[in-house]
Amino acid sequence: MNPNVLLAIPLLPLIAAIIAGVFGRQVGRAGAHTVTIAGVAISCALSLYVLKQIYFDGAPTFDAPVYTWLVSDGINIQVGFLVDRLTALMMVVVTFVSLCVHVYTIGYMHDDPGYQRFFSYISLFTFSMLMLVMSNNFMQLFFGWEAVGVVSYLLIGFWYTRPSAIFANMKAFIVNRVGDFGFIVGIAAIVYFTNSLDYKEAFAAAPQLVSQNIVLSHTTSVAALTVICVGLFIGAMGKSAQVPLHVWLPDSMEGPTPISALIHAATMVTAGIFMVARMSPLFEHSETALTFVLVIGATTAFFMGLLGVVNNDIKRVVAYSTLSQLGYMTVALGVSAYSAAIFHLMTHAFFKALLFLAAGSVIIGMHHEQDMRKMGGLAKYMPITAITCWIGALALVGTPFLSGFYSKDVIIEAVGESHRAAATYAYWCVLLGVFVTSLYTFRMLFMTFHGPERFRHAHGHGHAEEQGTAGDPGPGGALAHAPAFATAGAHGHGSAHTSAHAAEVSHAPAHAVHSSGGHGAGAHAHEEHDRSAPHESPAVVTVPLIALAIPSLLIGGLTVSSVVFGDFFGDAIFVLERNDVLGELAHEFHGAIGFALHGFLSLPFWLALAGAATAWLFFLKKPSLANTTARTFGWLRTILVNKYFFDWINENIVAGATRLLGRSLWRGGDAAIIDGAMVNGTAAAMGRLGSLLRHVQSGYLYSYAFWMIIGLAVLLGWFLWR
Amino acid sequence: MITLGHLLALSAVLFAIAVAGVFLNRKNVILLLMCVELLLLAANFNFVAFSRYLGDISGQVFVFFVLTVAAAESAIGLAILVVLFRERRSINVEDLNTLKG
Repeated sequence: MNPNVLLAIPLLPLIAAIIAGVFGRQVGRAGAHTVTIAGVAISCALSLYVLKQIYFDGAPTFDAPVYTWLVSDGINIQVGFLVDRLTALMMVVVTFVSLCVHVYTIGYMHDDPGYQRFFSYISLFTFSMLMLVMSNNFMQLFFGWEAVGVVSYLLIGFWYTRPSAIFANMKAFIVNRVGDFGFIVGIAAIVYFTNSLDYKEAFAAAPQLVSQNIVLSHTTSVAALTVICVGLFIGAMGKSAQVPLHVWLPDSMEGPTPISALIHAATMVTAGIFMVARMSPLFEHSETALTFVLVIGATTAFFMGLLGVVNNDIKRVVAYSTLSQLGYMTVALGVSAYSAAIFHLMTHAFFKALLFLAAGSVIIGMHHEQDMRKMGGLAKYMPITAITCWIGALALVGTPFLSGFYSKDVIIEAVGESHRAAATYAYWCVLLGVFVTSLYTFRMLFMTFHGPERFRHAHGHGHAEEQGTAGDPGPGGALAHAPAFATAGAHGHGSAHTSAHAAEVSHAPAHAVHSSGGHGAGAHAHEEHDRSAPHESPAVVTVPLIALAIPSLLIGGLTVSSVVFGDFFGDAIFVLERNDVLGELAHEFHGAIGFALHGFLSLPFWLALAGAATAWLFFLKKPSLANTTARTFGWLRTILVNKYFFDWINENIVAGATRLLGRSLWRGGDAAIIDGAMVNGTAAAMGRLGSLLRHVQSGYLYSYAFWMIIGLAVLLGWFLWR
Repeated sequence: MITLGHLLALSAVLFAIAVAGVFLNRKNVILLLMCVELLLLAANFNFVAFSRYLGDISGQVFVFFVLTVAAAESAIGLAILVVLFRERRSINVEDLNTLKG
């Protein structure tokens, strides 16, 4: 493989980002989107070319440094590429989704004053993500890891005048720091034990590391590899939003929708999954670490899905769905089904990006309204969005023959096959997760695209209603239609969240004025209504939807036999004989169609159907039933609406304790010891010493002369008599 | 016969008188200057004594230099004294204690 081609893949988006960012004023709006889309499009084409070369033409794995930054104590810090089948697949996914999002952005950000800045950021993100996946050493991995974090921070806070966006991006940044601490510990342990940053050498040393221990005290020690793997996985928990470091992802929806699709659904959040799969030669040797991964993943998959059921913000529902699906991928990693995790990563990237972009299209159509209670019946007005969204949703819930079915079913069966310690718990989590997934997905579809059209009166009164109910956190409302749900984000989380919610509806006044103006004019009221009615989005929005709908439909069935059960990944992923659950599943696998037909008879399919039926009954057929249920299970609803009190715990206990520690260090350590005792204390001590010694100075010449003579005599005496 | 010992003894007596003058005198700055001159003379005496004793003329040459410097020094000293008197209307040593801590 030509190294120049590989270099061009990440560098073209970087150059485009610099042009759009630094020279944004010179190139203008059209120039900015042309140059970035061209850069990413060429990257995407080259990535496809690389995938073709490596998979169809059988080109060997490329693993070489391209630039040595510095050598310190025998450790090389290099820029290097490791391009094997895993990397090539990731490159294609990243660049393809990125390309779709670039095109979509033209429509979504059409009126935004930060147009060039936005294109610069998403191109920069593409560069960072490519550096991350193409890396052949831990230092570059870390660089990419942090770079995507920074871009994510910049993009969540893209509308930096909103306090809620600033709160969300700071939250994302800080929570990721917690994860990165573990990540750095993992990398440091690797350098300590293998004296190298290269993947190749670390993987080669892994079998020897199994017998090494890190001694904590005289009686306790932990396996070195467990420390490394758990450390690295804590990093992945931050980036891939696993419990309990998931809290930033729902809040990241403050950013513009295109980046929610690109960064917070399709690519960046899957970096942790990719990283663990890439490190499979390390994780395979640590049973403890894999069990940890399994438990965390299973918990995320089920419990985060439940939160999607009670949310009313269309983007947040999709965000909780992302959390849940990331949990599925993590579960797959935990049972050593790495290729299943990457397979789900790929299919999820397509259908979740599709769902997000569809949600964005709905938001455009609704004039930047995100509350599902003010939608309904949109299918009539936005047919392309509705159809593509249905495709994405069906793929998400695991309808046989669609891409999500293959990846999710493989994971569930792999967990069922596994004998790892917590496998039973994980199996129930992922199984019940299917029901929950289906419930929230269909709830979203029904509330958005079907049922009564609630947007008409919502436009006139929406803002006032929102204000009126914001102070009512009582649990007495209905599961979906109750006004109390407006406060889902604001319930007891302090002022930051309350303002978050206020900012979400900040677009509402414009429409309220718009339509009430119509009412005032009397005769024109009807026309005004029509103008404010939802409309289908322009082609730059719908074409990416269609482009993503196609792989969402097809890619699972086309690739399942080679990616999961075949040898697609070759030696990029390493699985020990005794952990090889996919190998066992492969015996029962007879082609993609047979697998899908068998899917109709399996439990997950019926669970999904049950979820869909429940959603239909509760949210379309008899909404009153939802109210009754919500009242019966008031305590459960309180827990869910408050997101298991994670935010409360973080805000009051974790952040509170940190602030307390900081304040005591400031008062005690800085103000008292450093400033008080050391800096000012030195000066004060010198002053006191001086005030004692000044009495020696009489000011009289004769006493000075006298002391000089005495001194001379003493010195001479000492000189003579010593 | 005057030996080296006599000369050194005279020099030591002169030096002692001068030192006593420096720190016993509490009244007059001019006396201080004279005592300093006396210190230098005691040193000169040693030079001359050893010059004669060792038969080396350079010691006596040195005395000329010392005398020259001493003359210059007392000239400056007296000048300062005049300025000091103008400033403070006093040359009393007891009054000159601005350096007191």
